[in-house]
Amino acid sequence: MTEIRTVRTVGDEPNCSKIMLRMGLSSGDTSHVVIIEIGGIPIALQTTDAGFVNLLQDRYGDYVNSGATPEFEFSVDLVPPGMFNADADAEVWLQDGEWRIERGDFCANWNPEKRLGQIHQSANPFSIDSVLRIVHTLLLARAGGFLLHASSAVRNGNAFLFSGLSEAGKTTIAQLAPPDVALLTDEASYVRKVGGNYVAYGTPFAGELGKPGENIAAPIRAVYLLEKAAENRIDRVEPAEAVRRLMRNILFFAHDEELVRLVFESACAFVAAVPVFQLSFFPDQRVWELIG
Amino acid sequence: MQFTDKYVAKSSHIASRMLGDESIIMSSVDSTLFALNPTGTVIWEAADGTTPLSRILEEKVCAEFDVTFEQASIDAKEFIDKLAEHGILLVSDLPIPSKEVS
Repeated sequence: MTEIRTVRTVGDEPNCSKIMLRMGLSSGDTSHVVIIEIGGIPIALQTTDAGFVNLLQDRYGDYVNSGATPEFEFSVDLVPPGMFNADADAEVWLQDGEWRIERGDFCANWNPEKRLGQIHQSANPFSIDSVLRIVHTLLLARAGGFLLHASSAVRNGNAFLFSGLSEAGKTTIAQLAPPDVALLTDEASYVRKVGGNYVAYGTPFAGELGKPGENIAAPIRAVYLLEKAAENRIDRVEPAEAVRRLMRNILFFAHDEELVRLVFESACAFVAAVPVFQLSFFPDQRVWELIG
Repeated sequence: MQFTDKYVAKSSHIASRMLGDESIIMSSVDSTLFALNPTGTVIWEAADGTTPLSRILEEKVCAEFDVTFEQASIDAKEFIDKLAEHGILLVSDLPIPSKEVS
């Protein structure tokens, strides 16, 4: 994890197209649709497997919004486990107007103009979770937002983001939150530009805490870059350094120069609008006396 | 040819932004990030591919900062070599056509 990643290797052609040819809906299968709304963007997942519907509803809970009009639709074709190269890293690239998204446990294609896509994976929540994360990173990149490797929480109507690489304390600070704090996520914070302001949305993307965040949103008041320490201390981070450190934690997987530039521009604009601090903290409840 | 007789230009495969009196530059090819201090920013801003480095140092760096041409040349070479290594700055013995630069 996870600076901007450009992991596609020229000449390393995947086998997704072969799988797509082999799979497909058979006539007579009953189709089910589950609409999952994250960051205010409803995405419909269509499947013929009733068991997978239950899995999706359990996994996404409050983020299932059956009444929403989906902005994008994906058909999910379930394949037996073991059809992919389990060790392959995520690869995301644009080909003939379609995004191709592949990892060791799934492959997908998505045409943003037609608003349609296909996902091929086994019946597990982790693959669909990753596809949704990647699709949202692509959507946010064109809208001035991003997914940040950070926990986030709402207190007194304002959102606070706590960013850092693994072991920096994202889950720890979420676990220490007092009762008046609503947790948005302990893993991947959803930052969206809404009417010129930056808003953090709850996400179902959980880290060590193992449970989805609350499905609420609030304007972002500050970002804290986490570091465990012997005592609590807050220091302002200068803008250039803030951009450098935020970029290390923005989740982005596509090999696409234009979108990489847009993500950079978004990070710069974000830092110009939202203060970024270094939060050195001793891991107990007192750290929350400094927040909000 | 002296290093200061060369021409420097920004690559077209970069994104950059001024933040305060510093610049932050990103290679959109490999996402490498560089933060430039005010002196580096002056050279960066003047790197148009048509102005020789010697003129940039004389008219921009030495004029704005308390530094001799000799010292500025040494520092500039280290700075430019580093950015050129990542393809962020282009360095040439001749003026660089505008179609190749940002």
